Amino acid sequence: MMEKMIFGRFIPGNSIIHQMDPRAKISFVFVFIAIVFIANSAVTYGILLGFTLLVVFLSKIRLYFLINGLKPVFILLIFTFFLHIFFTREGDLLLDIGFIEIYEEGLRQGIFISVRFLVLVFITSILTLTTSPISITDGIEVLLGPFKRVKLPVHELALMMSISLRFIPTLMDETGKILKAQMARGSDIGSGPMKERIKAVVPLLIPLFVSAFKRAEDLATAMEVRGYRGGEGRTRYRQLDWRFVDSLSLLVLAGLAGMLWYFRV
Amino acid sequence: MNSNILSFENVTFTYAPEDETVKPAVQDLSFSIQDGEWIALVGHNGSGKSTIAKLMNGLLFPQTGKVSAMGRMMEEESLWDIRSQMGMVFQNPDNQFVGATVQDDVAFALENNGVPHKEMVLRVKEALHQVKMEAYFDHEPHHLSGGQKQRVAIAGALALRPRLLILDEATSMLDPQGRMEVIETIRELRRATGLTVISITHDLEEAAMADRILVMNAGHKQLEGTPEAVFLSGNQLTTMGLDLPFAMRMTHLLREAGVELEAEHMTEDELVDDLWTYYSRK
Ligand SMILES: Nc1ncnc2c1ncn2[C@@H]1O[C@H](COP(=O)(O)OP(=O)(O)OP(=O)(O)O)[C@@H](O)[C@H]1O
Ligand SMILES: [Mg+2]
Repeated sequence: MMEKMIFGRFIPGNSIIHQMDPRAKISFVFVFIAIVFIANSAVTYGILLGFTLLVVFLSKIRLYFLINGLKPVFILLIFTFFLHIFFTREGDLLLDIGFIEIYEEGLRQGIFISVRFLVLVFITSILTLTTSPISITDGIEVLLGPFKRVKLPVHELALMMSISLRFIPTLMDETGKILKAQMARGSDIGSGPMKERIKAVVPLLIPLFVSAFKRAEDLATAMEVRGYRGGEGRTRYRQLDWRFVDSLSLLVLAGLAGMLWYFRV
Repeated sequence: MNSNILSFENVTFTYAPEDETVKPAVQDLSFSIQDGEWIALVGHNGSGKSTIAKLMNGLLFPQTGKVSAMGRMMEEESLWDIRSQMGMVFQNPDNQFVGATVQDDVAFALENNGVPHKEMVLRVKEALHQVKMEAYFDHEPHHLSGGQKQRVAIAGALALRPRLLILDEATSMLDPQGRMEVIETIRELRRATGLTVISITHDLEEAAMADRILVMNAGHKQLEGTPEAVFLSGNQLTTMGLDLPFAMRMTHLLREAGVELEAEHMTEDELVDDLWTYYSRK
């Protein structure tokens, strides 16, 4: 289950999308999210869907892999679809079998909302699948740069994010070890009534917290020793490289917005 | 020229100065270290070794006495300058890995010191080459072994081209192979660059490779001298809870059993040679 989930996962590759600047990709996704709401007809939703599939194709991530990884999302999608179908009562009556009545408008809305949802999930997944977490952090740091003026601690936030990401696997390992150590002492987390299970989690969390604090202290010392004094006067090792494709992608997005506006009813 | 790279003069440090009952972690300690030396600092748990390391680079300041490094007094003003010429590697390989990948981690100290990007790229390559980890450029820490992580930590310290490298039990959490990797790396480095090294260790085999050993006991400096001289005072060491290197213990036991060996031996090879001589003489 966890292995198949693709939320927040990064699949290394060398497609054109992989090579794009994270700043471009992040801006792209945000603008795209806004643009999606222009669509309001069969043609415009069709264009959106087509465009999204083109992006998926360019990313060289297999559609099957994407769909398989987003299964939990599809359950939600189907649920909203049926919600619209059953509860919208406008337009011509299409189907009437006893207590179920399906109206034309309901079907339309159901399909539109589903497509909108699908397109948004696909595009955001493509962002995280093709961009390493550290690049996303870099991109966010630069994009938020202007907010330093209003005293937003942008550098600190980015550093916090990258350190958290870096320690996730370490703490996962540690959780596994503590779990085994507690199991060896007879604690049973996997079964029993809910209340017992929650109680059994406490002896798992406390050692984890203790060790996390110890790690944090060690890390702070190690950082200080290596000359860390906050963001001022610091240079960056990771350089972002804005290229022609990055500008092009935003131009294409502007084109898409124009097209949706034109075909909108 | 007096090439004194680091010195302590009558340094006393207490973690809780207001509490009279707490004994100072370091008491009236004086020593100095010359450029290019390899010093091993040994002592039982809680004898003050890590405290000394922290005093060395200004993570802590002594209540009395003076610490100076690179020819300057350790003070608020000189602190960052001195630190940029000192690398430090700690015990836990996981807790000192800051970057998301090997190269990011090595670059961390360079970024902090405002080294320009072009120079950084060169120095990261150079430092990773020095510890033979070039092949792991883009690896994430959880895909590395403990020994490899420690070598990356050493590269991270070396990237700034320090004059002094301090290792606080940098090998103690490693398996024998990882430990060998790290020790070999240090030896190579010293051969190539003449780096000054202070290694804090429990492993007396490792200490035997140093030029000079300082033995700490309950905050005091107990012994100081060449490995030969220090190990000859065998009884003193064992009463402090330190184990002699295997070859030395073996030599002592053989002597007790009536085998007439020529000299004290610190490495197994020397001992084996001597045993051969002994055998052929018989
Ligand atoms: N942060 C601290 N606060 C208070 N006391 C401390 C602190 N760190 C160390 N001490 C005390 O100072 C003394 C020396 O500790 P130190 O860590 O320097 O020993 P060490 O020789 O490095 O030991 P080990 O071999 O276990 O690493 C010990 O008695 C210890 O309890
Ligand atoms: Mg210590």
